[in-house]
Amino acid sequence: MATEDNEVEDHRPLVLIHHLPSFKLPLQDRLITHFRLFDSLASPDASSVRALICVGTTPVTADTLDHLPSLRLVVGSSAGLDHVDLAECRRRGIAVTNTGDANSENVADYAVALLLDVLRRVSAADRFVRSGLWPQMGEYPLGCKIGGKRIGIVGLGSIGSEVAKRLVAFGCTVAYNSRNKKPSVLYPYYANVHDLAVNSDVLIVCCALTNETHHIINKDVLTALGREGFIINVGRGALVDEKELVQFLVQGEIGGAGLDVFENEPNVPKELFALDNVVLSPHLAISTPESFEALNEVIIANLKAFFSSKPLLSPFQQE
Amino acid sequence: MESIDVLMLCPMISYLEQELDRRFNVLKLWTAPEKSQFIKDHSATIRAIAGDGGHGADAEMIEALPRLEIVSSFSVGVDKIDLEKCREKGIRVTYTPDVLTDEVADLAIGLIMAVLRRLCESDRYVRSGKWKKGDFKLTTKFTGKTVGIIGLGRIGMAIAKRAEAFNCPICYYSRTEKPDTKYKYYPSVLELASNCEILVVACSLTAETRHIVNREVMNALGPKGVLINIGRGPHIDEPELVSALVEGRLGGAGLDVYEHEPEVPEELFGLENVVLLPHVGTATVETRKAMADLVVGNLEAHFSNKPLLTPLV
Repeated sequence: MATEDNEVEDHRPLVLIHHLPSFKLPLQDRLITHFRLFDSLASPDASSVRALICVGTTPVTADTLDHLPSLRLVVGSSAGLDHVDLAECRRRGIAVTNTGDANSENVADYAVALLLDVLRRVSAADRFVRSGLWPQMGEYPLGCKIGGKRIGIVGLGSIGSEVAKRLVAFGCTVAYNSRNKKPSVLYPYYANVHDLAVNSDVLIVCCALTNETHHIINKDVLTALGREGFIINVGRGALVDEKELVQFLVQGEIGGAGLDVFENEPNVPKELFALDNVVLSPHLAISTPESFEALNEVIIANLKAFFSSKPLLSPFQQE
Repeated sequence: MESIDVLMLCPMISYLEQELDRRFNVLKLWTAPEKSQFIKDHSATIRAIAGDGGHGADAEMIEALPRLEIVSSFSVGVDKIDLEKCREKGIRVTYTPDVLTDEVADLAIGLIMAVLRRLCESDRYVRSGKWKKGDFKLTTKFTGKTVGIIGLGRIGMAIAKRAEAFNCPICYYSRTEKPDTKYKYYPSVLELASNCEILVVACSLTAETRHIVNREVMNALGPKGVLINIGRGPHIDEPELVSALVEGRLGGAGLDVYEHEPEVPEELFGLENVVLLPHVGTATVETRKAMADLVVGNLEAHFSNKPLLTPLV
């Protein structure tokens, strides 16, 4: 902001905003008080920039890194980092941060919102009323009771824990699967997702997407979940074998689904559009002003720490 | 008991109709071409009424049935029953508390979340096939918002318990302050509305609580406030609600009940900050069955001279 004044040097560190053309970084004006920003890999600044902010799920690949020989830090703007080549970053000595717990409550809220909507048919009933059918058709089909449902959380991290805490207040019971059993957690643990599914009425997918968790919800798990079972996905689309899920839903072999993420966003299998036991959301779990405030704080804190050689706030750690 | 005449006021779930048919001689009022004539024709033998939240026994009906002993309602709301008249004539009244408390509270939270996070609108958007990558819409976080509850009875308490799991501060208005709770009390609905972000109507409908949410209250709740009604339609001044929403003086609304069900003001159909449900607060298989069992159980108990299960009068 002092670029026109020759007497004041611009001490703001240089940061690349790495984003797909259609992605915007919200609240960017906060950043420019602390950092000098540019957003193109073709810029002459690319050769000297030491830190980048990755907007949403914009991919950071080996090719991206090849354009940025001085890069030492990738700052993610989400909890998930499956769009970043973490192995390649490690190889090049580039640190990576995610948003830590900043958005966990928002995502947990959203998972519960989707569950309530699917089981009690909120969106479907709203459509029914708006179409003017209520006076003609009388009663709307009954929904499912939430109290007493067995919730199976796939991935009991920060988000999963917040989901569990909320659903316990509705009279649900909670069990989970994670890479490792968590000794301080009292909920029952299942070593694999199939066994969790057998013992659950609702599966809530909250884990990170890695090579191991790709399609962790597959035909076998969906069969184990059963005709009266429900699935809620607020993780990543690729955690679920989408083709299989669509088949199960269309053929009535599963009770219903609430989905905020899909394998190939923004494409959503059209077969789902006709189903009333499915709630579809365009990847909005963190789209609140509160979330973006929290995101900004974490992003700025990580960058400031980096540029003053202090420990990063939320470095990505494989659990 | 097959000889006992029970007047059923409206169609109800088939499970209830079957169970009543097995035990009593059920007279189905809605099948009569002329309702008042039907009642006259059977007035010498009708000893019980089975009604629901929307169909009860008013003074006129009670007077027309000299042998009426009990009114058993398939609901917890009894605003359609003339309780005073029943007391006067020694007529018992039963309802269905507790079995539906959790269900209604669950739906209240479901409505809050659907309004705040724009679930219905997002779902419509995806189904339209118009989702483009990078598009996002800002909605509002629920965790931490202050929730104000009108009526801290069974349902109000159940709503509070759930909202607390989202770290929401809770405040309330009730006819009298409740000494045992830690929630903040406001002595008027207006003050409550001025001090919360989400206002939930969870009280019973009486002459005093009709239009308890009026224009003033809605203005106090404000352009960022959200109003949720899982009570009865007449709790809210509906025409005022419509103009408050259309003019942006009220931030949003989640409604399960309306002043003239099943009529819903059409001006609401085009608003994205509103969620409209067709009175489904108790609409799960499990709860409706539990409610039906209470209706039947109360009638059986009465006619076997046993204590009523859930009497109100």
